[in-house]
Amino acid sequence: MSLIYNDDQVQLQDSAHDFLAARSPVSVQRALRDAGSQQGFEPQVWQGMVEMGWSAVAFAEEQGGLDFGFAGFAPVFEQIGRHLSASPLLSSVVLCGSLIERLGNVQQQETLLPGLISGEQRYALAIDEGARHQPQRCDAVAIKDSDGYRLNGRKRWVSDGVGADGWLVVARLENGQRGVFLLPNNVHGIQVASRSMIDSRNTAELIMDNVCVPVSAMLDAGDTEAVLDWALDRGRACLAAEMLGMCEVVFEMTLEYLKTRVQFDAPIGSFQALQHRAARLYVQVQLARSAVMAAFECLDRDSCTPQQRRRLVSLAKWKANQAAQLISNEAVQMHGGIGVTDEFDLGLYLKRIRIAQAQLGHSELHVSRYAEARLQVQ
Amino acid sequence: MSELETFRAETAAWLEANCPASMRTPMPSDEMVWGGQTLEFKNDDQRLWFERMRDKGWFCPDWPVEYGGGGLDAKQQGILTNQMRRLRCRPPQINLGIWMLGPVLLEYGSEEQKQRFLPPMARGEVRWCQGFSEPNAGSDLASLRTSAVLDGDDYIVNGTKIWTSYGNKSDWMYALVRTGPMVPKQQGISLIVLDMKSPGISVAPIDLISGKSSFCQVFFDNVRVPKSQLIGEPNDGWKLGKALLQHERRAMSKFSESALPTHFDLDEYLQRALPEPTTFEEVALHQRAVACMMDEEAYSLTNRRMADSMGARQDASGLMAISKLVHTEQEREKFELLLELLGNEALGWEGDGFASRDLELTGSWLMSFAQVIAGGSSEVQLNVIAKRVLGLPESK
Repeated sequence: MSLIYNDDQVQLQDSAHDFLAARSPVSVQRALRDAGSQQGFEPQVWQGMVEMGWSAVAFAEEQGGLDFGFAGFAPVFEQIGRHLSASPLLSSVVLCGSLIERLGNVQQQETLLPGLISGEQRYALAIDEGARHQPQRCDAVAIKDSDGYRLNGRKRWVSDGVGADGWLVVARLENGQRGVFLLPNNVHGIQVASRSMIDSRNTAELIMDNVCVPVSAMLDAGDTEAVLDWALDRGRACLAAEMLGMCEVVFEMTLEYLKTRVQFDAPIGSFQALQHRAARLYVQVQLARSAVMAAFECLDRDSCTPQQRRRLVSLAKWKANQAAQLISNEAVQMHGGIGVTDEFDLGLYLKRIRIAQAQLGHSELHVSRYAEARLQVQ
Repeated sequence: MSELETFRAETAAWLEANCPASMRTPMPSDEMVWGGQTLEFKNDDQRLWFERMRDKGWFCPDWPVEYGGGGLDAKQQGILTNQMRRLRCRPPQINLGIWMLGPVLLEYGSEEQKQRFLPPMARGEVRWCQGFSEPNAGSDLASLRTSAVLDGDDYIVNGTKIWTSYGNKSDWMYALVRTGPMVPKQQGISLIVLDMKSPGISVAPIDLISGKSSFCQVFFDNVRVPKSQLIGEPNDGWKLGKALLQHERRAMSKFSESALPTHFDLDEYLQRALPEPTTFEEVALHQRAVACMMDEEAYSLTNRRMADSMGARQDASGLMAISKLVHTEQEREKFELLLELLGNEALGWEGDGFASRDLELTGSWLMSFAQVIAGGSSEVQLNVIAKRVLGLPESK
């Protein structure tokens, strides 16, 4: 297997670029923000993504998918990052779709996946509770009673949770294990509040007050812990690819500025102090790209063990986090005054990058996971 | 089966049959085999592996057969490299001639020079050293002053070269010398090759902060070099020197890939020093060490990606340009972390009370300072990336 795109991936990348450049330029994202949209994405753009087949990329043909393989998401999310394009592709298709595919029984799959793939329904994953993403932490509870389960608790930072057709909620069972429940959006006892974040995308907080669902709402046709870990890793890889796309575009903007901005009668990119900093940014982009490619190569391969997957995905998310932090900060600094104006797009990338860094795990979480995965091998 | 698949299967089988088991272990620095007029082997396996690869023409697998090479195309060579990596085969010999001068001779040498120098090089019969830097020409290499003045059929060479690795053990040297004016300074430079036994050459080893080193200073006092040993055109050596340096960066990363990383494995020391980190101090140090290992893995994946790109005939020049910078800086950082992990045990200089391997580690840490300077300092690498890869403008 290879760490560079094959012909099919290159084709996907080109078509994703053409589509997003035409339909989802950064100005679309800015307009959504200025309009105060709680949905945070443009429905026509999302519909266009579905028509392009992106929601079907990783699903098997018998499930209504294209059977392209998970590696198809690498070029797609890279382009999504480059264009700063918001959509429920990560929240609904990658995260919830993966959980339904591996944890849902046949009936749940047949009920949920066609609508999810066609874009007619979209779901959001409610897992986080604390300020940071700590996937093991779960205080929300699901108590079994005669009619089914009764859920109580608070879920935070639910991406695309506002206006979702349903939520996949992680809650702790009486036996101490965790379960995943599908809550339809008309369920009684749930409060959904929109949280206005720096990236102006769709983030919700869910408060469950004696939410009652039938037993059939639980997805438990697999090893819940193992599948959760796997599904989150798929999401992390996609997010890392999105961040890689953002890093590259922010770096290109900076390079262009260094070549054209004249001060002291010279383009500022001719000054060695800035040249060396720019060269170091390039190094970080390249290291991040290699790590992201390796994560997708592993996720696409059946022979990749859970330990290898954890190691490589955490490496990718960590490296993307590190690179994105450095590059976004340096980009703003090298742009000077224009870099801190709202009018210039760089600030929008900076804000999205910080959200993406926190989402599905800060750097420290992934350093720990990487260390644990290595220990398990020995 | 396609031709390439056949080649892969045959290569794998040949390596399995011909690479002795002891030559498939990580190579300690004192077990490198150097080609040259006086070959030294520590054991029979080293000799066997050397001779078998030599007879196969695989010291330089991609050179034409007529010059002693293996005649492989790029894809076949990629397969050989991958198979050797898979089986963890050691390089059968280390030879600057093959890695650096050879490719330049193939491109710029006259037919007579190729016939004369390449076949012995390909058989590992000559140990080559490099004469580039001078005491006043380091990063600004083009300001070099060692002169070569034509006198009949010979050049008379005077001056000095510094940082010549194994100058005291090499048979021949390739050197950049000044055959023309200093203005503009790049235009008066030529590439020559010379026999280290020529009268008028003296060599002095240099001690480094780490102690004894392989670096030498070489002095030339009216050394006669036949003009047939000038490569390319007179005063056109700068171009050839730059080509050589491109190969040097590749050679250095190849070199360290085969020898260093397995030698002081951060993971191994982490488990020795911090098997179960508990205090804040231990956890903080552990976290930094793991992050360092992660960067190492990102680098080795980048090398894999570079190989994949070249295999697919894509432009990998950007990745080649960052390789030396990243690798040597990571190595230095790794040694700094090892020093912190091992504390005073890694700060001994010599003698009782210290494990010999820890003393070796201390030496390697001190050597890591030389690595980020040698072969183009990090600052030179950053200049190259900024100008050639990123296309940033020259300063006025």
